[in-house]
Amino acid sequence: MEMKTKIAAEDGKQEMVITREFDLPLELLFRAYTDLEIVEEWMTSKVVKLENRKGGSYQLEKKDDKGNVVFAAGGVIHEFIPERKITRTFEMANAPAGVQLEIYQFERLSDDKSKLRMHVIYESTAQRDQVMQWGFSQGINMAHDRLQAAVAGKVK
Amino acid sequence: MNLRRDVFQAIADPTRRAILLLVASQAMTAGAIASNFDTARPTVSKHLAILTECELLSQEQNGREIYYHFNARKMKEVADFIEPFRQMWEDRFNKIETIMKKFKTK
Repeated sequence: MEMKTKIAAEDGKQEMVITREFDLPLELLFRAYTDLEIVEEWMTSKVVKLENRKGGSYQLEKKDDKGNVVFAAGGVIHEFIPERKITRTFEMANAPAGVQLEIYQFERLSDDKSKLRMHVIYESTAQRDQVMQWGFSQGINMAHDRLQAAVAGKVK
Repeated sequence: MNLRRDVFQAIADPTRRAILLLVASQAMTAGAIASNFDTARPTVSKHLAILTECELLSQEQNGREIYYHFNARKMKEVADFIEPFRQMWEDRFNKIETIMKKFKTK
């Protein structure tokens, strides 16, 4: 499979850069990050608040069937330049990951191709590495979900 | 067959990741592992051989049975877990792409 997503995370640094090229016009890529309902769809979380402006804030929340909050996160938007740049903080509730700074840069490549560059800065190297390890366990869970879906005949 | 494989190749496969997930919770026999999959038993055996070869799993004889154990230390060596993390983002971005393509107007 083609590797469209690239991650640069040098040893001993407290940051990482994630880049991805999309088969989407810049306008649609930017909309995926700023339209409340669309963010809900791909984050599979409720977007309680999404204020797309400097000084605005956002809040995500996910509940289980019984209504217990299983995931909550949010932050403040520091910079909002339509179809170019979003700078925001991100903090997960009830997780020892601290606050991270996220700089999203959106770039037009052609009429129907665009690129996202996410620069994420953590409080420490240890925190960055911790987040990457969670990614690992989440990845393994997603693999498991996909497997179950495959068994159920939904995929492939 | 050459079984010397790259660890990344080993964990890139969804079935093998699911096997690791299973065995990470408790040591299991090949039969018990295979019973969790809708895949032919020899296929599961092949996956187990690959995972054992790159030391993500280890075998331990217990009476007549051979149990597979998860080797967490080896897993930690896997380049700071970057590949599964990348895969997680890839999945998320693919989802965005699929959703947004619906809005494309020709």
